[in-house]
Amino acid sequence: MSTELVLLALLMFAVTYPSRALGLLTPGFERLPRVALDYLQLVGPAVLAALAVVNAVVVVRAERPMLNVGIEALGVVACLAITAWRKNLLLGLLVAVVIVAVVRAAGIAPPPG
Amino acid sequence: MTVDTALDPGSVATARRRLLMEALGIAASATGFGFVYGLAAREAGFSPIEAMAMSTFAFAGAAQFAAIGYVASGLAWPGVILLTFLLNARHLLYSAALAPWLRDVPFLRRAVMAHLLTDEAFALAIGHFRRLGRTDERGYWIGAIASTFIPWNLATLAGVLLGAGIPDPTRFGIDVIFPAAMIGLAVGLISGRRELVAAIVGGGVGVVMSLITSPAIGIVAGGLIGPLVGLQVPAALAHETAPLGTVASAERFVVPGAHVKDVPDPDRPWQEPRP
Repeated sequence: MSTELVLLALLMFAVTYPSRALGLLTPGFERLPRVALDYLQLVGPAVLAALAVVNAVVVVRAERPMLNVGIEALGVVACLAITAWRKNLLLGLLVAVVIVAVVRAAGIAPPPG
Repeated sequence: MTVDTALDPGSVATARRRLLMEALGIAASATGFGFVYGLAAREAGFSPIEAMAMSTFAFAGAAQFAAIGYVASGLAWPGVILLTFLLNARHLLYSAALAPWLRDVPFLRRAVMAHLLTDEAFALAIGHFRRLGRTDERGYWIGAIASTFIPWNLATLAGVLLGAGIPDPTRFGIDVIFPAAMIGLAVGLISGRRELVAAIVGGGVGVVMSLITSPAIGIVAGGLIGPLVGLQVPAALAHETAPLGTVASAERFVVPGAHVKDVPDPDRPWQEPRP
Protein backbone atom coordinates (compact mmCIF):
# COMPACT_ATOMS: atom_id res chain seq x y z
CA MET A 1 0.00 0.00 0.00
CA SER A 2 1.41 3.38 -1.03
CA THR A 3 2.40 5.80 1.72
CA GLU A 4 4.24 8.39 -0.37
CA LEU A 5 1.52 11.00 0.08
CA VAL A 6 1.66 10.75 3.85
CA LEU A 7 4.69 13.04 3.66
CA LEU A 8 2.67 15.46 1.53
CA ALA A 9 -0.10 15.37 4.15
CA LEU A 10 2.47 16.25 6.83
CA LEU A 11 3.78 19.13 4.71
CA MET A 12 0.23 20.36 4.22
CA PHE A 13 -0.14 20.22 7.99
CA ALA A 14 3.10 22.17 8.35
CA VAL A 15 1.79 25.07 6.26
CA THR A 16 -1.74 24.97 7.66
CA TYR A 17 -1.04 24.68 11.38
CA PRO A 18 0.74 28.05 11.73
CA SER A 19 -2.31 29.84 10.33
CA ARG A 20 -4.48 28.07 12.87
CA ALA A 21 -2.11 28.50 15.78
CA LEU A 22 -0.48 31.91 15.43
CA GLY A 23 -3.52 33.85 16.60
CA LEU A 24 -4.19 31.49 19.50
CA LEU A 25 -0.59 31.18 20.64
CA THR A 26 0.77 34.60 19.74
CA PRO A 27 -1.46 37.42 21.01
CA GLY A 28 -1.57 40.49 18.81
CA PHE A 29 -0.87 38.65 15.60
CA GLU A 30 -4.25 39.43 14.12
CA ARG A 31 -3.47 42.52 12.11
CA LEU A 32 -2.67 41.81 8.48
CA PRO A 33 -2.58 44.54 5.81
CA ARG A 34 -6.01 45.09 4.26
CA VAL A 35 -4.80 44.16 0.78
CA ALA A 36 -3.48 40.82 2.08
CA LEU A 37 -6.87 40.06 3.66
CA ASP A 38 -8.63 40.92 0.42
CA TYR A 39 -6.27 38.75 -1.62
CA LEU A 40 -6.72 35.78 0.73
CA GLN A 41 -10.48 36.15 0.49
CA LEU A 42 -10.22 35.67 -3.28
CA VAL A 43 -7.78 32.77 -3.37
CA GLY A 44 -10.43 30.18 -2.47
CA PRO A 45 -12.90 30.90 -5.27
CA ALA A 46 -10.12 31.33 -7.83
CA VAL A 47 -8.18 28.15 -7.13
CA LEU A 48 -11.29 26.00 -6.72
CA ALA A 49 -12.77 27.34 -9.95
CA ALA A 50 -9.49 26.68 -11.74
CA LEU A 51 -9.41 23.13 -10.43
CA ALA A 52 -13.03 22.52 -11.43
CA VAL A 53 -12.83 23.91 -14.94
CA VAL A 54 -9.45 22.41 -15.79
CA ASN A 55 -10.51 18.99 -14.56
CA ALA A 56 -13.80 19.21 -16.42
CA VAL A 57 -12.64 20.37 -19.86
CA VAL A 58 -8.92 19.64 -20.24
CA VAL A 59 -7.65 16.14 -20.97
CA VAL A 60 -4.08 15.05 -21.63
CA ARG A 61 -3.65 12.69 -24.58
CA ALA A 62 -0.20 11.59 -25.68
CA GLU A 63 1.25 14.08 -23.19
CA ARG A 64 -0.56 16.92 -24.92
CA PRO A 65 -3.28 18.96 -23.16
CA MET A 66 -6.48 19.18 -25.23
CA LEU A 67 -9.87 20.83 -24.83
CA ASN A 68 -12.60 18.25 -24.28
CA VAL A 69 -16.11 19.54 -23.56
CA GLY A 70 -18.14 16.44 -22.82
CA ILE A 71 -20.75 15.09 -20.46
CA GLU A 72 -18.41 15.72 -17.51
CA ALA A 73 -18.65 19.45 -18.16
CA LEU A 74 -22.45 19.20 -18.24
CA GLY A 75 -22.39 17.39 -14.90
CA VAL A 76 -20.21 20.12 -13.42
CA VAL A 77 -22.51 22.86 -14.74
CA ALA A 78 -25.50 21.02 -13.26
CA CYS A 79 -23.76 20.83 -9.89
CA LEU A 80 -22.92 24.52 -10.09
CA ALA A 81 -26.53 25.44 -10.83
CA ILE A 82 -27.96 23.28 -8.05
CA THR A 83 -25.45 24.46 -5.47
CA ALA A 84 -26.15 28.09 -6.35
CA TRP A 85 -29.92 27.52 -6.36
CA ARG A 86 -30.49 25.11 -3.49
CA LYS A 87 -27.30 25.79 -1.44
CA ASN A 88 -26.85 22.04 -1.24
CA LEU A 89 -23.57 20.66 -2.54
CA LEU A 90 -24.34 17.03 -1.81
CA LEU A 91 -27.50 17.25 -3.91
CA GLY A 92 -25.49 18.90 -6.68
CA LEU A 93 -22.91 16.13 -6.59
CA LEU A 94 -25.59 13.48 -6.72
CA VAL A 95 -27.20 15.04 -9.78
CA ALA A 96 -23.83 15.40 -11.52
CA VAL A 97 -22.96 11.76 -10.92
CA VAL A 98 -26.39 10.54 -12.08
CA ILE A 99 -26.22 12.61 -15.28
CA VAL A 100 -22.78 11.29 -16.20
CA ALA A 101 -23.56 7.69 -15.23
CA VAL A 102 -26.85 7.61 -17.17
CA VAL A 103 -25.37 9.14 -20.32
CA ARG A 104 -22.44 6.73 -20.23
CA ALA A 105 -24.70 3.75 -19.55
CA ALA A 106 -26.79 4.76 -22.57
CA GLY A 107 -23.65 4.74 -24.69
CA ILE A 108 -24.07 8.37 -25.69
CA ALA A 109 -20.70 9.46 -24.28
CA PRO A 110 -17.76 7.23 -23.40
CA PRO A 111 -15.53 7.91 -20.39
CA PRO A 112 -12.62 10.30 -21.20
CA GLY A 113 -9.19 8.97 -22.03
CA MET B 1 -9.39 24.27 35.56
CA THR B 2 -10.28 26.89 33.07
CA VAL B 3 -13.05 29.45 33.19
CA ASP B 4 -15.63 26.66 32.70
CA THR B 5 -16.10 26.40 36.45
CA ALA B 6 -17.07 30.05 36.78
CA LEU B 7 -20.11 29.68 34.56
CA ASP B 8 -23.67 29.31 35.71
CA PRO B 9 -24.43 25.56 35.33
CA GLY B 10 -27.93 26.14 33.97
CA SER B 11 -26.93 28.55 31.26
CA VAL B 12 -23.96 26.42 30.29
CA ALA B 13 -26.10 23.31 29.98
CA THR B 14 -28.66 25.16 27.87
CA ALA B 15 -25.98 26.66 25.65
CA ARG B 16 -24.25 23.31 25.24
CA ARG B 17 -27.51 21.63 24.25
CA ARG B 18 -27.95 24.23 21.56
CA LEU B 19 -24.32 23.80 20.54
CA LEU B 20 -24.84 20.06 20.26
CA MET B 21 -27.86 20.51 18.03
CA GLU B 22 -25.86 22.81 15.76
CA ALA B 23 -22.94 20.39 15.82
CA LEU B 24 -25.17 17.51 14.78
CA GLY B 25 -26.21 19.36 11.63
CA ILE B 26 -22.60 20.12 10.79
CA ALA B 27 -21.61 16.52 11.57
CA ALA B 28 -24.21 15.13 9.16
CA SER B 29 -22.84 17.31 6.40
CA ALA B 30 -19.21 16.50 7.27
CA THR B 31 -20.06 12.81 7.14
CA GLY B 32 -21.54 13.02 3.67
CA PHE B 33 -18.80 15.21 2.35
CA GLY B 34 -16.02 13.22 4.01
CA PHE B 35 -17.38 10.13 2.35
CA VAL B 36 -17.32 11.85 -1.03
CA TYR B 37 -13.74 12.96 -0.32
CA GLY B 38 -12.76 9.37 0.42
CA LEU B 39 -14.31 8.19 -2.84
CA ALA B 40 -12.62 10.94 -4.84
CA ALA B 41 -9.26 10.28 -3.19
CA ARG B 42 -9.51 6.60 -4.02
CA GLU B 43 -10.49 7.41 -7.59
CA ALA B 44 -7.37 9.61 -7.86
CA GLY B 45 -5.18 6.74 -6.69
CA PHE B 46 -4.72 7.59 -3.01
CA SER B 47 -4.25 4.60 -0.74
CA PRO B 48 -6.43 4.42 2.39
CA ILE B 49 -3.42 5.40 4.52
CA GLU B 50 -2.70 8.43 2.34
CA ALA B 51 -6.32 9.57 2.30
CA MET B 52 -6.56 9.17 6.06
CA ALA B 53 -3.27 11.01 6.59
CA MET B 54 -4.71 13.96 4.70
CA SER B 55 -7.87 13.95 6.80
CA THR B 56 -6.00 13.57 10.08
CA PHE B 57 -2.99 15.84 9.57
CA ALA B 58 -4.11 18.44 7.05
CA PHE B 59 -7.75 18.24 8.23
CA ALA B 60 -8.97 20.93 5.83
CA GLY B 61 -11.79 19.92 3.49
CA ALA B 62 -11.36 22.31 0.57
CA ALA B 63 -7.56 22.03 0.65
CA GLN B 64 -7.81 18.23 0.74
CA PHE B 65 -10.11 18.15 -2.26
CA ALA B 66 -7.80 20.56 -4.02
CA ALA B 67 -4.83 18.33 -3.19
CA ILE B 68 -6.50 15.48 -5.04
CA GLY B 69 -6.58 17.66 -8.14
CA TYR B 70 -3.03 18.86 -7.70
CA VAL B 71 -1.70 15.34 -7.35
CA ALA B 72 -3.80 14.00 -10.22
CA SER B 73 -2.59 16.79 -12.50
CA GLY B 74 1.03 16.14 -11.62
CA LEU B 75 1.64 19.42 -9.81
CA ALA B 76 5.01 19.40 -8.05
CA TRP B 77 4.84 19.32 -4.26
CA PRO B 78 6.12 22.89 -3.74
CA GLY B 79 3.15 24.08 -5.79
CA VAL B 80 0.80 21.96 -3.69
CA ILE B 81 2.29 23.39 -0.52
CA LEU B 82 2.04 26.99 -1.74
CA LEU B 83 -1.60 26.67 -2.78
CA THR B 84 -2.47 24.84 0.44
CA PHE B 85 -0.91 27.63 2.45
CA LEU B 86 -2.85 30.29 0.57
CA LEU B 87 -6.11 28.38 0.71
CA ASN B 88 -5.82 27.81 4.46
CA ALA B 89 -4.37 31.18 5.45
CA ARG B 90 -7.88 32.38 6.34
CA HIS B 91 -7.60 30.33 9.52
CA LEU B 92 -5.24 32.97 10.85
CA LEU B 93 -8.22 35.27 11.23
CA TYR B 94 -10.35 32.66 12.96
CA SER B 95 -7.49 31.96 15.30
CA ALA B 96 -7.05 35.64 16.06
CA ALA B 97 -10.80 36.03 16.63
CA LEU B 98 -10.87 33.23 19.18
CA ALA B 99 -7.65 34.25 20.93
CA PRO B 100 -9.24 36.69 23.40
CA TRP B 101 -11.73 34.03 24.46
CA LEU B 102 -9.19 31.27 24.93
CA ARG B 103 -6.20 33.12 26.37
CA ASP B 104 -6.70 31.57 29.83
CA VAL B 105 -6.58 28.04 28.45
CA PRO B 106 -3.16 26.40 29.07
CA PHE B 107 -0.74 26.74 26.18
CA LEU B 108 -0.56 23.05 25.29
CA ARG B 109 -4.31 22.71 25.12
CA ARG B 110 -4.51 25.81 22.94
CA ALA B 111 -1.90 24.23 20.69
CA VAL B 112 -4.14 21.19 20.25
CA MET B 113 -7.21 23.38 19.81
CA ALA B 114 -5.45 25.09 16.94
CA HIS B 115 -5.20 21.89 14.93
CA LEU B 116 -8.95 21.40 15.25
CA LEU B 117 -9.75 24.98 14.21
CA THR B 118 -11.79 24.61 11.04
CA ASP B 119 -14.41 26.88 9.51
CA GLU B 120 -17.04 24.80 11.27
CA ALA B 121 -15.31 24.84 14.66
CA PHE B 122 -14.84 28.60 14.47
CA ALA B 123 -18.45 29.28 13.56
CA LEU B 124 -19.74 27.02 16.33
CA ALA B 125 -17.32 28.23 19.02
CA ILE B 126 -17.60 31.97 18.47
CA GLY B 127 -21.39 31.73 18.42
CA HIS B 128 -21.39 29.60 21.58
CA PHE B 129 -19.06 31.93 23.46
CA ARG B 130 -20.99 35.01 22.46
CA ARG B 131 -24.29 33.49 23.49
CA LEU B 132 -22.80 32.62 26.88
CA GLY B 133 -20.94 35.88 27.13
CA ARG B 134 -17.96 33.90 28.39
CA THR B 135 -15.54 31.17 27.44
CA ASP B 136 -16.58 27.52 27.59
CA GLU B 137 -13.59 25.34 26.77
CA ARG B 138 -15.61 22.16 26.73
CA GLY B 139 -17.95 23.78 24.27
CA TYR B 140 -15.02 24.32 21.94
CA TRP B 141 -14.01 20.66 22.15
CA ILE B 142 -17.58 19.54 21.56
CA GLY B 143 -17.91 21.72 18.49
CA ALA B 144 -14.51 20.94 17.03
CA ILE B 145 -14.35 17.21 17.64
CA ALA B 146 -17.95 16.07 17.49
CA SER B 147 -19.05 18.22 14.59
CA THR B 148 -16.13 17.74 12.26
CA PHE B 149 -13.01 15.82 13.25
CA ILE B 150 -14.61 12.47 14.08
CA PRO B 151 -17.29 12.46 11.36
CA TRP B 152 -14.83 13.69 8.73
CA ASN B 153 -12.23 11.05 9.48
CA LEU B 154 -14.65 8.14 9.85
CA ALA B 155 -16.41 9.10 6.64
CA THR B 156 -13.10 9.44 4.81
CA LEU B 157 -12.19 5.93 5.86
CA ALA B 158 -15.57 4.58 4.74
CA GLY B 159 -15.33 6.36 1.39
CA VAL B 160 -11.80 5.28 0.57
CA LEU B 161 -12.49 1.66 1.54
CA LEU B 162 -15.74 1.48 -0.38
CA GLY B 163 -14.12 3.23 -3.35
CA ALA B 164 -11.52 0.48 -3.48
CA GLY B 165 -14.31 -2.04 -4.01
CA ILE B 166 -15.69 -0.34 -7.11
CA PRO B 167 -14.01 -1.97 -10.14
CA ASP B 168 -14.68 0.73 -12.77
CA PRO B 169 -15.52 4.04 -11.07
CA THR B 170 -15.91 5.97 -14.33
CA ARG B 171 -18.80 3.71 -15.29
CA PHE B 172 -20.73 5.12 -12.33
CA GLY B 173 -19.72 8.72 -12.98
CA ILE B 174 -17.57 8.89 -9.85
CA ASP B 175 -14.83 10.71 -11.77
CA VAL B 176 -17.09 13.75 -12.04
CA ILE B 177 -17.30 14.09 -8.24
CA PHE B 178 -14.01 15.94 -8.00
CA PRO B 179 -14.60 18.79 -10.48
CA ALA B 180 -18.25 19.05 -9.41
CA ALA B 181 -17.24 19.32 -5.75
CA MET B 182 -14.67 21.99 -6.63
CA ILE B 183 -17.18 24.15 -8.49
CA GLY B 184 -19.74 23.68 -5.72
CA LEU B 185 -17.25 24.78 -3.08
CA ALA B 186 -16.26 27.75 -5.24
CA VAL B 187 -19.92 28.80 -5.52
CA GLY B 188 -20.17 28.65 -1.74
CA LEU B 189 -17.29 31.11 -1.41
CA ILE B 190 -18.69 33.75 -3.73
CA SER B 191 -20.03 36.46 -1.46
CA GLY B 192 -19.46 39.48 -3.69
CA ARG B 193 -18.40 40.62 -7.13
CA ARG B 194 -14.70 40.38 -6.36
CA GLU B 195 -15.03 36.66 -5.62
CA LEU B 196 -17.10 36.19 -8.74
CA VAL B 197 -14.50 37.91 -10.92
CA ALA B 198 -11.68 35.97 -9.22
CA ALA B 199 -13.46 32.68 -9.84
CA ILE B 200 -14.25 33.40 -13.49
CA VAL B 201 -10.74 34.67 -14.21
CA GLY B 202 -9.21 31.81 -12.22
CA GLY B 203 -11.14 29.25 -14.26
CA GLY B 204 -10.42 30.98 -17.57
CA VAL B 205 -6.74 31.49 -16.93
CA GLY B 206 -6.55 27.91 -15.67
CA VAL B 207 -7.90 26.49 -18.92
CA VAL B 208 -5.86 28.72 -21.23
CA MET B 209 -2.62 28.11 -19.35
CA SER B 210 -3.37 24.39 -19.15
CA LEU B 211 -3.72 24.18 -22.92
CA ILE B 212 -0.57 26.23 -23.51
CA THR B 213 1.57 24.53 -20.88
CA SER B 214 0.12 21.84 -18.60
CA PRO B 215 -2.87 21.43 -16.25
CA ALA B 216 -0.59 21.71 -13.22
CA ILE B 217 0.71 25.12 -14.28
CA GLY B 218 -2.75 26.21 -15.37
CA ILE B 219 -4.24 25.52 -11.94
CA VAL B 220 -1.51 27.47 -10.14
CA ALA B 221 -1.77 30.36 -12.61
CA GLY B 222 -5.55 30.51 -12.24
CA GLY B 223 -5.33 30.37 -8.46
CA LEU B 224 -2.80 33.19 -8.27
CA ILE B 225 -3.93 35.48 -11.11
CA GLY B 226 -7.68 35.25 -10.41
CA PRO B 227 -7.41 37.06 -7.05
CA LEU B 228 -5.20 39.77 -8.56
CA VAL B 229 -7.85 40.55 -11.16
CA GLY B 230 -10.62 40.28 -8.58
CA LEU B 231 -8.89 42.94 -6.48
CA GLN B 232 -9.31 45.37 -9.35
CA VAL B 233 -13.05 45.52 -8.66
CA PRO B 234 -13.48 48.72 -6.63
CA ALA B 235 -14.55 48.10 -3.02
CA ALA B 236 -17.63 50.27 -3.58
CA LEU B 237 -18.82 47.90 -6.31
CA ALA B 238 -17.83 44.65 -4.57
CA HIS B 239 -21.08 44.21 -2.59
CA GLU B 240 -19.20 42.06 -0.08
CA THR B 241 -21.57 40.18 2.22
CA ALA B 242 -19.15 37.99 4.16
CA PRO B 243 -15.79 39.62 4.97
CA LEU B 244 -13.00 37.18 5.74
CA GLY B 245 -12.69 36.34 9.42
CA THR B 246 -16.37 36.76 10.25
CA VAL B 247 -18.85 34.01 11.08
CA ALA B 248 -20.56 34.70 7.78
CA SER B 249 -17.27 34.04 6.02
CA ALA B 250 -16.69 30.82 7.98
CA GLU B 251 -20.11 29.61 6.94
CA ARG B 252 -19.15 30.28 3.33
CA PHE B 253 -16.27 27.84 3.67
CA VAL B 254 -18.39 25.26 5.44
CA VAL B 255 -19.87 22.75 2.99
CA PRO B 256 -22.80 24.54 1.30
CA GLY B 257 -26.01 23.31 2.83
CA ALA B 258 -24.63 23.09 6.36
CA HIS B 259 -25.49 26.19 8.36
CA VAL B 260 -24.96 27.31 11.91
CA LYS B 261 -28.27 28.89 12.87
CA ASP B 262 -28.80 32.18 14.66
CA VAL B 263 -25.18 32.97 15.32
CA PRO B 264 -24.40 36.66 15.81
CA ASP B 265 -22.52 38.04 12.83
CA PRO B 266 -20.10 40.73 13.98
CA ASP B 267 -18.17 42.53 11.27
CA ARG B 268 -14.68 41.95 12.67
CA PRO B 269 -14.83 39.64 15.66
CA TRP B 270 -11.07 39.39 16.04
CA GLN B 271 -10.93 43.10 16.85
CA GLU B 272 -13.42 42.81 19.70
CA PRO B 273 -12.15 42.94 23.26
CA ARG B 274 -12.93 39.96 25.39
CA PRO B 275 -16.07 40.49 27.55
